[in-house]
Amino acid sequence: MSTAFDHPEYNYKVVRQFAIMTVVWGIVGMAAGVLIAAQLAWPALNFDTPWLSFGRLRPLHTNAVIFAFGGCALFATSYYIVQRTCRTRLFSDTLASFTFWGWNVVIVAAAITLPLGMTSAKEYAELEWPIDILVTLVWVSYVVNFLGTVAKRKESHIYVANWFFAAFMIMIAILYVGNNLEIPVSLTKSYSIWPGTIDAMIQWWWGHNAVGFFLTAGFLGIMYYFVPKQAGRPVYSYRLSIVHFWALISIYVWAGGHHLHYSALPDWAQTAGMVMSLILLAPSWGGMINGMMTLSGAWHKLRNDPILRFLVVSLSFYGMSTFEGPMMSIKTVNALSHDTDWTIGHVHSGALGWVAMVSIGAMYHLIPVMFGRKAGDMYSQALINVHFWLATIGTVVYIAAMWVNGIMQGLMWRAVNADGTLTYSFVDSVAASHMGYAARVLGGALFLLGMLFMAYNVYMTVRSANQAAAAGTLAPQA
Amino acid sequence: MLTTFWQLWISAIVLGSIIGCGVLIMYTSKGMRKEETTQTTGHDYDGIEEIDNPLPRWWVFMFWGTIVFGFGYLASYGLGNFKGFLTVTVDGQEVNWTSQNQWKAEVQAFEKEIAPLYAKYSATPIEELIKNQDAVQTGQRLFKSNCSVCHGSTAKGAQGFPNLTDSDWLYGGEPAQIVQTITNGRQGAMPAWEAILGDEGIKNMVQYVRSLSGLEHDKAAADAAAPLFLQNCAMCHGADAKGNIMVGSANLTDNIWLYGGSSKQIEFTLRHGRAGKMPAHKEILGDNADAKIHLLATYVYSLSHK
Repeated sequence: MSTAFDHPEYNYKVVRQFAIMTVVWGIVGMAAGVLIAAQLAWPALNFDTPWLSFGRLRPLHTNAVIFAFGGCALFATSYYIVQRTCRTRLFSDTLASFTFWGWNVVIVAAAITLPLGMTSAKEYAELEWPIDILVTLVWVSYVVNFLGTVAKRKESHIYVANWFFAAFMIMIAILYVGNNLEIPVSLTKSYSIWPGTIDAMIQWWWGHNAVGFFLTAGFLGIMYYFVPKQAGRPVYSYRLSIVHFWALISIYVWAGGHHLHYSALPDWAQTAGMVMSLILLAPSWGGMINGMMTLSGAWHKLRNDPILRFLVVSLSFYGMSTFEGPMMSIKTVNALSHDTDWTIGHVHSGALGWVAMVSIGAMYHLIPVMFGRKAGDMYSQALINVHFWLATIGTVVYIAAMWVNGIMQGLMWRAVNADGTLTYSFVDSVAASHMGYAARVLGGALFLLGMLFMAYNVYMTVRSANQAAAAGTLAPQA
Repeated sequence: MLTTFWQLWISAIVLGSIIGCGVLIMYTSKGMRKEETTQTTGHDYDGIEEIDNPLPRWWVFMFWGTIVFGFGYLASYGLGNFKGFLTVTVDGQEVNWTSQNQWKAEVQAFEKEIAPLYAKYSATPIEELIKNQDAVQTGQRLFKSNCSVCHGSTAKGAQGFPNLTDSDWLYGGEPAQIVQTITNGRQGAMPAWEAILGDEGIKNMVQYVRSLSGLEHDKAAADAAAPLFLQNCAMCHGADAKGNIMVGSANLTDNIWLYGGSSKQIEFTLRHGRAGKMPAHKEILGDNADAKIHLLATYVYSLSHK
């Protein structure tokens, strides 16, 4: 088995840095999520304080979990995978270092400006223009560094994980810049250059691809390396990876219109977005099948490998939410689900079940390697198992609560009495949602608790590795 | 209408992407094995190999299925200038589906269904209809959907929004007057007096207005303002300060305050004026609007006539 000391030719420093920050930002972002979930159940927790209020902390939560936690996981794994599958060191250590420090400055800047109420008011793109510029610089450095590494590879072919990483980072660069074109009026305020409905369309072109490319294509890259690696099995079908890769990246780009059903967006554009969303079902499932079937012949490993459990359950949630998404984009279903908590449940079955779980599994595999141990050789396998169950139960409680709330809200809003009047006022539906909101806090808190077990496990792994190194038992090979 | 260029542009992207998926499936299926295998492609990346397995058949069927469904959906709902084959009934006409036509069709069908019930209620005068519990309940439900945002779910109002359960009426509380208010709306217009009365005059007037409702006040200041009231305010509020429903001016003697009765609140009203607005609901309530207004007025009238 390979350890950090087997490959002095690779740049593991930046991987190690991003891996540790994945755990740190994961805890911060999820803690913010639990707080705002509690605020919806018990509004007194806003404390009548502007910078602690839901409206300001909600973008902090989304930015922290998507771009800080998810982003660090993507940086760590993509830098790790591209070096190992191309058998070459990163293109530039300087750029790698710049991406780490630059990205973390962005995160800290977000954590300060968002609670202060500085926002461009576009979902998942709230950061103001000076931070946008830094994001762009970091991202371009990342793309150059990644593609530069692929270019100087010592393998004749490019592994499928790297296709997904490349597609994700190129599309995110285009969409992030496109959606954030804005006219600054001061250091902390700017206005979008896109007018009205066009702004909405561009916003969801970006917004849905923050899901499609950042949270899906990127994490499929993670899946394609860590599932076969952890299972010790070959990837099920090379052919399947070709079809689902090209179909996924060419169709996902056009699906954003389904966020604007029954809005001022021209009907045909809504329809086109819906059709693309539905056709996405098979390409999305291609990734799930390829990951799941990779385990054929190795299913027994699930019995005693909690890391593999994380990876496999993440694929199940991925399959479930990529079935749910196309269904929800059908106009008839969307008429019921739109603006309800069902949407929040759908997002979190992807975010907690797929993105977070596959990242956590990858981190448990990779972090020991970063500290001179065997892959997956964490301080405690039992604690990983505890984490696995907390994360799984937390996710199920969360999404079940939101399904119940969402469908109930949709039905309450459209319920009509025999005399033609609405059966419920809006406030009735809010009051009825309280139980679900409380259950969501519980689900989120369980997930967060699991992350704290992870932090302890990582800390102990690093500490014992350092002690071993000091005692000379793990000295680099001559 | 899209220009020819844009029509071609969007058709090329949408249809091209979907057809491209079909081509991709067929192209990748060329030379595919019939059965599962353990044969790899021969590549090895950091120990990871890839098996040369065929595409799962059920998955390929599902993929084709969604493509067919996609074309069917586009044919039904349209793309750009092509309107699609799906139709709905609006104003008795078969028209192409649009989200707006769908909404109109659903609302019209529903209004048609409930029209007979409402017509029955409309035939009964409001003074009598308040004894019909079903009618009052329907009125109350309509009120909750349409009026409670401003007047509150118990119709007791809030600052700036009149309480509808008492016997104080800015524009009159008889059924015909209530119907008129809901149908055409009302526009309150209390002018700003800062420039005319001056600081001193405003301060004195506050005390005078408070004295009218028997609230604690500075007598000297109130007396000083009494002639100013007759000069400036009596035109609308009347010499007896009891208001006038013809112009919607408030009765200042009953200790009921739309904008608050504290010295500070009265001073603000005097200095800056007020412009309360009750929106006209004839348009808002859509089909059967007159019948709905009849029921709303019944509910509102019932609140002060048990």
